[in-house]
Amino acid sequence: MAVNTARRGLLWHVRIALLETRFQFLSSLRLPAFAVPTLLFPLFFYLFFAVVFQAGGPSLTAPTYMLATYGVFGIFAPSIFGFGVGLAQERDSGALLLKRTTPMPTFAYLFARVGTAAIFGAVVVLLLFLLAGYAAGVELHRWQWFALAGAILAGVLPLSALGLAIGAWAKQQAAVAVVNLVFIAMSVLSGLWFPISMLPGFLQDFANVLPAYHLGQLALKTIDLDLGRPLWFHLVLVGGQTALCLAVAAAGFRRFSGR
Amino acid sequence: MALPSGSDPALARLSGVSHRYGDVLALDRLDLEVREGEVLAVLGPNGAGKTTAVSLLLGTLNLQTGAARVFGSAPDAADVRLRRGAMLQVSGVPETLTVGEHLALFRAYYPSPLPTARLLEMAGLQELRDRRFGKLSGGQKQRVMFALALAGDPELVFLDEPTAGLDLDGRRRLWDEIHGLKAAGRTAVLTTHYLEEADALADRIAVIHRGRLIAEGTPEEIKSRTAGRVVRCVTTISPETARSFPEAAGVETKGQHLEVVTAEPEAVLRRMFALDPELGDLTVVGVGLEEAFLALTGDGAGPEGEL
Repeated sequence: MAVNTARRGLLWHVRIALLETRFQFLSSLRLPAFAVPTLLFPLFFYLFFAVVFQAGGPSLTAPTYMLATYGVFGIFAPSIFGFGVGLAQERDSGALLLKRTTPMPTFAYLFARVGTAAIFGAVVVLLLFLLAGYAAGVELHRWQWFALAGAILAGVLPLSALGLAIGAWAKQQAAVAVVNLVFIAMSVLSGLWFPISMLPGFLQDFANVLPAYHLGQLALKTIDLDLGRPLWFHLVLVGGQTALCLAVAAAGFRRFSGR
Repeated sequence: MALPSGSDPALARLSGVSHRYGDVLALDRLDLEVREGEVLAVLGPNGAGKTTAVSLLLGTLNLQTGAARVFGSAPDAADVRLRRGAMLQVSGVPETLTVGEHLALFRAYYPSPLPTARLLEMAGLQELRDRRFGKLSGGQKQRVMFALALAGDPELVFLDEPTAGLDLDGRRRLWDEIHGLKAAGRTAVLTTHYLEEADALADRIAVIHRGRLIAEGTPEEIKSRTAGRVVRCVTTISPETARSFPEAAGVETKGQHLEVVTAEPEAVLRRMFALDPELGDLTVVGVGLEEAFLALTGDGAGPEGEL
């Protein structure tokens, strides 16, 4: 019997990608160490700093500003941990090697990880928006809510690329430490925890090399609270940084299979 | 059934393959062929290069020197992946998914997968379908890996030390299933460092030592060249007496223990009990492969005896 299976249709690829995403999401959701902090930390921070701290404050600027920055912070964790730690773990456990012996297309695996980060990110953004709208009293035009959500969620891609670069190189144990360090340090230095303008000048300049900084500014741009750099400036830099991360990741994988 | 390509009767083949990890030569001009419908056991001690050979046939390791073909194509070709299954030695799958979910995912990769119920039955996992992978015992995890290897109803399946970590019952069950694969016309390659396992399962055994093929043949042929068992006990029987047993291929004392290497352990035991009913601390084990390899290589009996 002739086996005409080498070329699988587009539909098959889509189906596998969605199935991988479904199981990747389920698997992450059932991992309390991943799901709980990912979903709760940004909400907790926002509740504390933007709602409780600012209650009865003079303006809504701070809660509105923080909605953008904690939004980016909220998608940061699922993106970088999913790839950075999850990938390193699956490589060390042999799960990745096993998948490489199957017909699963590599793209489906990457899609599933990005998709899972996006789902977690969307839930965080939705909950943050509810908190902002109902508890903090943030008011935005309807299009601004959507633009802000879109700008925040687009950040899943560059931050996933960053996680991929770490996961491709670091062993599982090291990956946990490296990812945590990068996550916390970059959140602070990118102005996601408090406004970047509160940092000394040289650190504000340094922030230009951090993708999370540009993502924060892009999100803030949709609500006119960014530092005023042009749109293209942030897009070009974050695009370049993403490309660099992907190149670093690709080199890591080549080393892995040549071993 | 049409042959995959040209006149090569082998389903999979390594030709003149050498592989180096840094300074270590893991494979040294290895030739290996897998024929359609057979169970081939690749036998060798730890570090012999078995897993390296399998990894090259799976395409999970880049080829350095030589050629590797599976179904006439490169080992990692899309078509090859659809027709082949693998159980790796170092392998886990996400711990928070259930057995049934893992099977559902792997079945989806293939055009005509085996039914889930059949896979669960083959691997003895019926009761564990809804159990998370992380909650399984080592042996149960191993059985899940076996089921995943067969999910696509592969024509060719690679099993890298499939019974490592299994208890006796699990091992027997897996042996039965491997026999079943063969009966269903499938081809299997398994690696093991147990001569007993290779003997029980394989049509053909390829013995690898230090990255080279040192013997190849039916289990009978291989066994005849490696004495079968070591009878080990504390006894008053002297080594000289033991050497006089016609069935004894070799006798050695190790500490308090006397070790008799033999192809017929039952006969040796009868003689020993007759001479010393009080003998104690008795074990009968397969000849360690290292010893078997000495037998194969030390006297230059190997077809490619080392220089």
